[in-house]
Amino acid sequence: MFLINCPFCGERDQSEFSSGGEAHIVRPKQPTELSDDEWAEYLFMRKNIKGIQFERWNHVHGCRKWFNVVRDTSNDKILSVYKMGEKPPVNYK
Amino acid sequence: MPNYRIHKTEYIDETKRISFKYDGKTYFGYEGDTLASALLSNGIHLVGRSFKYHRPRGIVSCGAEEPNAICQIGSKKDVTEPNVRATELELYEGLEASSQNCWPNVKFDIGGINNFISPLIPAGFYYKTFMWPKSFWKKVYEPLIRLSAGLGKSPTEPDPDIYDHKYVHYDVLVIGGGVSGIIAAKMAAKNNLKTLLVDDKKILGGSTIYQNNESIKIDDKLSSEWLKNEIQEIKKLSNLTIKTRTSIAAYHGYNFLLAKENLTDHLPEEKKKNKIRQRLWKIRAKKVVIATGSIERPLVFNNNDRPGILLSNSINKYLDYYGVTCGENIILFTNNDSAYETSISLHKKGIKNIIVDLRKSASSELIKQAESLGIKIYFNHVVTNTFGYRKINSLEIMKLSEDGNTTVGNKIRLSCDCLGMSGGWTPMVHMHTQSGGKLDFRDEDQVFLPKENSEDQISVGSCNGDFDLENIIDKTVNKINKFLDIDNQDYQDTNIICSKENDKRNIWLLPNKIPLGKTKCFIDFQNDSTAKDIKLALKEGFRSIEHVKRYTTTGMATDQGKLSNMHALGIIADTAGVKMGTLGTTTFRPPFTPLTFGTLVGRNVGKFFEVVRKTSMHEWHVENNAEFENVGQWKRPWYYPKNGENMHDAVQRESKAARDSAGILDASTLGKIDIQGTDASEFLNRVYTNAWSKLAIGKCRYGLMLNEDGMVYDDGVTTRISENHYLMTTTTGGAANVLSKLEDYLQTEWPELDVYLTSVTDHYSTASICGPNSKKILNKLFPNLDLSDENFPHMSFKEDKLKNINCRIMRISFTGELSYEINIESKYGHSLWKMCIEAGKEFNLTPYGTETMHLLRAEKGFIIVGQDTDGTMTPSDLQMDWIVSKKKYDFIGKRSLYRSDTIREDRKQLVGLLTDDPKEILEEGAQIVSDVKSKPIDMLGHVTSSYFSPNLNKSIALAVVRSGKTMKGQKLIIPMENKNINVTVSDTIFLDKENKRLNA
Ligand SMILES: [Zn+2]
Repeated sequence: MFLINCPFCGERDQSEFSSGGEAHIVRPKQPTELSDDEWAEYLFMRKNIKGIQFERWNHVHGCRKWFNVVRDTSNDKILSVYKMGEKPPVNYK
Repeated sequence: MPNYRIHKTEYIDETKRISFKYDGKTYFGYEGDTLASALLSNGIHLVGRSFKYHRPRGIVSCGAEEPNAICQIGSKKDVTEPNVRATELELYEGLEASSQNCWPNVKFDIGGINNFISPLIPAGFYYKTFMWPKSFWKKVYEPLIRLSAGLGKSPTEPDPDIYDHKYVHYDVLVIGGGVSGIIAAKMAAKNNLKTLLVDDKKILGGSTIYQNNESIKIDDKLSSEWLKNEIQEIKKLSNLTIKTRTSIAAYHGYNFLLAKENLTDHLPEEKKKNKIRQRLWKIRAKKVVIATGSIERPLVFNNNDRPGILLSNSINKYLDYYGVTCGENIILFTNNDSAYETSISLHKKGIKNIIVDLRKSASSELIKQAESLGIKIYFNHVVTNTFGYRKINSLEIMKLSEDGNTTVGNKIRLSCDCLGMSGGWTPMVHMHTQSGGKLDFRDEDQVFLPKENSEDQISVGSCNGDFDLENIIDKTVNKINKFLDIDNQDYQDTNIICSKENDKRNIWLLPNKIPLGKTKCFIDFQNDSTAKDIKLALKEGFRSIEHVKRYTTTGMATDQGKLSNMHALGIIADTAGVKMGTLGTTTFRPPFTPLTFGTLVGRNVGKFFEVVRKTSMHEWHVENNAEFENVGQWKRPWYYPKNGENMHDAVQRESKAARDSAGILDASTLGKIDIQGTDASEFLNRVYTNAWSKLAIGKCRYGLMLNEDGMVYDDGVTTRISENHYLMTTTTGGAANVLSKLEDYLQTEWPELDVYLTSVTDHYSTASICGPNSKKILNKLFPNLDLSDENFPHMSFKEDKLKNINCRIMRISFTGELSYEINIESKYGHSLWKMCIEAGKEFNLTPYGTETMHLLRAEKGFIIVGQDTDGTMTPSDLQMDWIVSKKKYDFIGKRSLYRSDTIREDRKQLVGLLTDDPKEILEEGAQIVSDVKSKPIDMLGHVTSSYFSPNLNKSIALAVVRSGKTMKGQKLIIPMENKNINVTVSDTIFLDKENKRLNA
């Protein structure tokens, strides 16, 4: 059970959060311009990395805010937490 | 009755005699005993039958690793517990226990016959034998296996005991109260760290607490005396909490641990009452010290499973802690020094014993001590067989060859009534691996050790592979100072003297002249797997330890192979000719020892099992005989049976009344989201498929919400309350998810939009009145409100007061009838409902539930998201193309509506179905085909909604059918178990296609 440091509320138990999958997938501004394949790329394709992964979490049973998390999926260590719209930390690749 | 309690110890209170029943017979023990020590004091070793061969089995150990002494406690229907280890169960007055695996009884049983047909029960036996015919599984094989396998009995009535959960936070958690745990806890607590020390036993001290060998001393005292002082000292530390009878069940990530505290299991029956039985501690610790010790290994030789064969160290504990000897003529069989401590202890109490040692020679302090006491030692010898059916009575030993691979010379037969075995020690690395830690293999003594890789947890003491006392104390002190970043000097001058062991001699499968196929060298006592099974599995091609484990069932019993895993690995490594360290281990999974469901569930039983949501009108529904349906967490009236009506009759009456005069529905559970902000209209434009910018203030509009994949996600009516203020309704079940989804888009995709969302589902109660007389009822309630179609048309909204309380009234309809929804602050909901009922009396206003609602909307062909859709339906599939804006540049899911897959003509599409026999009601979920003759039958779709319509006097159904849109008028078949039902595809709207009733 993770401890997640919500950027708005502080450290809370994982049970207060829901996971929203991979982060930094931007919804295309002009979906109509995209081919089926390009749209499918946005819609379906996810990396599912073993190692350092950027992902979205929602403090659903707390402040209801979405934010980003850098997590090493191989040991579940959360390395960094940052707000929506903020730039991802550069020291993780 | 024989008495094997031969001396007094401080842990047994002989002034407090306890009577208990075991397999129906009454025995006595004393306070301080476990069930196992009490049985042994009565001379009882035989406690069960083995899993496959039903061989007699005895107590093997004195702790959590016990594979044989598994009991069923109690026999009441509501309180009985299987899988309890007699070695851990504290004796109490009134205890009733029975051996679990011995149908029909322990001394004579039918399964014993398996022992004689054992060549027929090889590894993979269950997989190979009980495969065919399939029909035999349920009626023959499974009951047979269950009956003879002794899996214990579950209670058949609710557990009357109370269980509790507690959350705690500590700086340091120390697991295990042996010598290293006590030192770690003291160092942490004295350094001002809030510390918790847990131990599964009744008292602290581990195995050192009863240690009385003169060759092992700390500060010139017996190690046990020294440790007792330490325990006295730590009890005075104010920021140290000590929890005994508490075992860690699971070690999860981020130092989140679950511990089970036993509070009343050791108390006499009458003192258990009204007390919390067990408490589950949910612990968050900044740092965790694992000091869980090690367990002794058995040795694998022919017939190593007879009653009277125990672990050598357990014999020592029964003697020095409980005052009980396991025999009067004991042989100790060992490959290391620790059996010598047992031997010397036995000798001191006058118990005759001899030692059989695998090693060629050895010369530590302990061995010298044993030799000087005149204890006979057979070096370089191996036990090759044992004898005695219900208890061991003699054994054979032989000399080992130079390389240890075979035996030489003549058999020597030795008589005995008990055999202690010691194959060295296995560090208990369960906690370390559960936490995600990896293991290293140490070749010298063939142990897996924790690989240190975390700053949050550490292993100390013998679970870290430090076995002699000097090593344990020195290393623990150094490691804890470093781990906690402190500089504790308490043990700087501690002077430790202990015997130093030279090498042990490890042989996983001991040699024997008899071929392996004819021996019974048990590895897993509880699951009855032998060395032969492991070798057979390898021969049949299994290589991975995880596969061998499952195929042979080694390590898969309730003890999770605490005694057997290492031997299985060792034999695999030897046979396959690989290094043991490269094989890896099987996964250690929580719980460490079995947990009761009661402990896991805690207080969340009965009415606390799940949150129940009730509307303000709930009491009225109860008083008026409503049957309820669970919709999410909500309790919704399902139907209101009158005068003994069944469901069908009630629903027919309610449906007819709603269309003939008036009906009323509690619609409070619909999700309600308050949407405000200058960009609210634009936001709705983006989340719904239709256009919202031009919706006038005071008007309502139905909207369909898609997922980005184009599939229908939710629907509902949204009302424009003012310029920048909307009230959205969602389905009852979808409310929370819709809010989450909308927040997601607002916060992550469109943060530039000025929109605020608030869930107001619980803020308002809603009474929905429909039917031709609904306007008259509304008029009585709101006499000042102009209800004319000009002033208050369909799909519009007004505010008015009901006795000075504001109401929001929407003229919207889910039934196709003229219909009004009255929303009021929830605290007035019950009053509103009663006033509606009162006003409606003269119009036969009939309360109806969800079932009638579903029927009425089906007559009109309105979909229910989640019933007629399943996450694979586009608006077009639902024949709802009219609601998808062609003009809007974008909305959630738009692009997906013209993916190659979503524009396929042969998708499943929503249609109506009419049965050829109008009285025939289809089953929801039934499959639809066009031809039952050609096989395999091509399935075209399934029925999603089906009712008998009292208003049309015929059966109607909605269904999804491949290419359904083009099939109107076609005949299809619904094949049922005993007949085929003929249907015709129809329009989805069955009643009032012209919407005349909306303005009736
Ligand atoms: Zn938060």
